[in-house]
Amino acid sequence: MSNFFYPILGGVLIGLSATLLLLLLGRIAGISGIVWAAITETGQRTWRLIFLGGVIFGGSLFHWVSGVPIPEGNDNWLLAIIAGLIVGVGVKLGSGCTSGHGVCGIGRLSMRSLTATITFMVAGIVTVAVVNTVTG
Amino acid sequence: MFNISALICGLLFGLGLAASGMTNPEKVIGFLDLFGNWDPDLLFVMGSAVLTTVISFRFVLKKDKPFFAPIFSLPTAAGLDKRLLTGASLFGIGWGLYGYCPGPAVAALGYLKPTAFLFVAAMLLGMLFVERKLK
Repeated sequence: MSNFFYPILGGVLIGLSATLLLLLLGRIAGISGIVWAAITETGQRTWRLIFLGGVIFGGSLFHWVSGVPIPEGNDNWLLAIIAGLIVGVGVKLGSGCTSGHGVCGIGRLSMRSLTATITFMVAGIVTVAVVNTVTG
Repeated sequence: MFNISALICGLLFGLGLAASGMTNPEKVIGFLDLFGNWDPDLLFVMGSAVLTTVISFRFVLKKDKPFFAPIFSLPTAAGLDKRLLTGASLFGIGWGLYGYCPGPAVAALGYLKPTAFLFVAAMLLGMLFVERKLK
């Protein structure tokens, strides 16, 4: 069953967060970039760590407030490691992920980001199709 | 104000990710399963998030500067290159394999499930690899 309320609420909150981060701090809400710079750029580390702490706390806060159960997740730890490695290489090479390219880049009407977003969506769709075919 | 703004933005982002269903790998893979049992819900997430920024960024970027910083720090890269396309393709493959992209993986750390920690640790290693070996 599809319930559009939470997806739309979630999307608007993400868009609002990206808007405020740009309006207040002049920064792009790209999570992969913020994570990387939080570790490597010692000069501007504090706001990034606080932002990421907010993301982690906000993620759990939603479930406490709404009563929507925390997702089970996938216990396949080997798959988590392999996928994490590939995602890490991909977002560093491609300079961004769903948030930086998808939400903010398209918001800036960047052709690079639009192209990157279409590319990773297609790659994700093909991957799921291949995995489903192989595993039956 | 700088750090309070960062906290508010982070909280909104985390709330949005969890509300949207993006922190649920099963849901994400259902969305990417276009040729199987497709779950369209996350289309509304991307749609509403992008619609919000496409409209709001036009107004924000007309300002001379942000409220609490001297300048807008925007990406300067222009044009398409092999690096962007290879990176985005790899990212999509990893995303489709497990169902986490970086934001939801970070938000899911709060769920205290070991696989989210493994995913984020591996992601950092992957980033480090590119930084050290492919620059």
